[in-house]
Amino acid sequence: MQRLGITGRGLVVMLPYCWLLLFFVVPFLIVLKISFADIDLAIPPYTPLIEWIGKNTLAIKVNFSNYAFLFTDSLYLNALLNSVKVAFVSTVFCLLIGYPMAYGIARAAPSTRNILLLLVILPFWTSLLLRVYAWIGLLKANGVINNVLMSLGIIHEPLTMLYTPFAMYVGIVYSYLPFMILPLYANLEKMDWQLLEAAEDLGCRPWQAFYKITLPLSRNGILAGSMLVFIPAVGEFVIPALLGGPNALMIGRILWDEFFSNRAWPVASAVAILLLIILVPFMMWYQSVQARESAGAK
Amino acid sequence: MNGRRSYFIITCLAFGFAFLYVPIMSMVVFSFNASRLVTVWDSANSPTLKWYFSLAHNEEILDAAWISLKVAVINASGSVILGTLAGFGLARFAKFRGRFTLNAMTTAPLVMPEVITGLSLLLLFVALEQTIGWPAGRGITTMTIGHMTFSMAYVTVVVQSRLASFDTALEEAAMDLGARPLKVFFVITLPIIFPAILSGWLLAFTLSWDDLVISSFTSGPGSSTLPMVVFSKVRLGVSPEINVLATLTVTVVTLMIVGVSFWMARAARLDKLAT
Repeated sequence: MQRLGITGRGLVVMLPYCWLLLFFVVPFLIVLKISFADIDLAIPPYTPLIEWIGKNTLAIKVNFSNYAFLFTDSLYLNALLNSVKVAFVSTVFCLLIGYPMAYGIARAAPSTRNILLLLVILPFWTSLLLRVYAWIGLLKANGVINNVLMSLGIIHEPLTMLYTPFAMYVGIVYSYLPFMILPLYANLEKMDWQLLEAAEDLGCRPWQAFYKITLPLSRNGILAGSMLVFIPAVGEFVIPALLGGPNALMIGRILWDEFFSNRAWPVASAVAILLLIILVPFMMWYQSVQARESAGAK
Repeated sequence: MNGRRSYFIITCLAFGFAFLYVPIMSMVVFSFNASRLVTVWDSANSPTLKWYFSLAHNEEILDAAWISLKVAVINASGSVILGTLAGFGLARFAKFRGRFTLNAMTTAPLVMPEVITGLSLLLLFVALEQTIGWPAGRGITTMTIGHMTFSMAYVTVVVQSRLASFDTALEEAAMDLGARPLKVFFVITLPIIFPAILSGWLLAFTLSWDDLVISSFTSGPGSSTLPMVVFSKVRLGVSPEINVLATLTVTVVTLMIVGVSFWMARAARLDKLAT
């Protein structure tokens, strides 16, 4: 690779680098800028931050009122806390369901393993919107679950499940489950199972061996899977909007409504910045876990 | 493994897969239901293909699907080029200026909540239009740029991990024999990473085809994509035509995934034979 030289290398990386800089990094700076602007009845609906006043005076107007507003109206902080809670609980459920599945797939015979893996990947490739929509049909008052339970005589009145927090949790866990299973499987697949046999030969009970060997060794897989579920789930919009009902306070939904319904672009920007401040440490954590995982693989 | 625990694992797998597949299966079954109530089975007139015919004549959905298809194809092709370059750089150049930033910029879009990416892209497009007059208004171009920005991150990961599992011996040998770097890339590296590029293309296509949030932020009047139309319909409740759409999606995805994995398994066997 040495012969490629600095210029050749530079050219290869330059295109994606500049693309991401322009379309991924610079936009955040603009969001930051607009979060300090004021709402205006104009197109676009915000006041400029830097303005010429008179001939030779350049005025910079920094308006903190959007942030002040977020902290005075309890709606926003409640939504933020609730989003973190929902994302955390969903992550725990994904882990509880996903870990045994990933473990089972990793320990299956190679031919079965590929089929099982395919079955995990398939929903991941099928539209999220349509899979969330499927739950409306299952959960609604005259939906599949209520019909089955009533025909079996278990319940006599249909249960209210759709447009409740329960429906939202089911939707999030369901949609993000493959994101938990796949990194866990990738990690467990590399495990040396002879360690478990050795532990059992030395008198460890199976659950002890699992707790002392498998669990610590799969730490990076657990962390990677949890981050892949937790971080996007905090800002999730589609699932709360379709399954959660009008009272589902999620920050992604608030941002959406501020932007599309209220046309309050500066407030939406401030919400985005607040959300980013909370999520960036987790993203950095995720990146360091990924770096460790790929270093360990070599 | 002792018997008791393996029963536990098998039960977990069975319940887990049931959880993943019951909703999908229910959409497939009810797509053949004659009743407009969708989930109440009309046994007198079902199964029927009537919703399949009505979907085939739904202009709104067909128009949106055509826009989605255009965006998805351009996005997938562009993302593959950008993602392959980034993945190749990250996997093969040990040190270069901006490596850390590039790595961070290709990891962050994977987990970034879509509402943030969508909002920030829209504000960028508005600011660009104000200052340099491009892009004039929003539509297919701005949506495609938005999709490429997060799709290329997925392609980068796929290409990078494929390259990481291959050592550089073949490439070095070719260079020792006097091949120029570009030739090495096209004759040696590209065939090695071709399966990754193909799955990257399909992944980028799917991500774009399914995207609702970033499209909603970056689209303009008259450029509603399929997910945008589906979302506005679904918000009003269940609709039999959406079940049909879901069934068709599941069928296409299944055929595609099974086809690609057969092809890859064959390629892997050939790889083994070759070495």
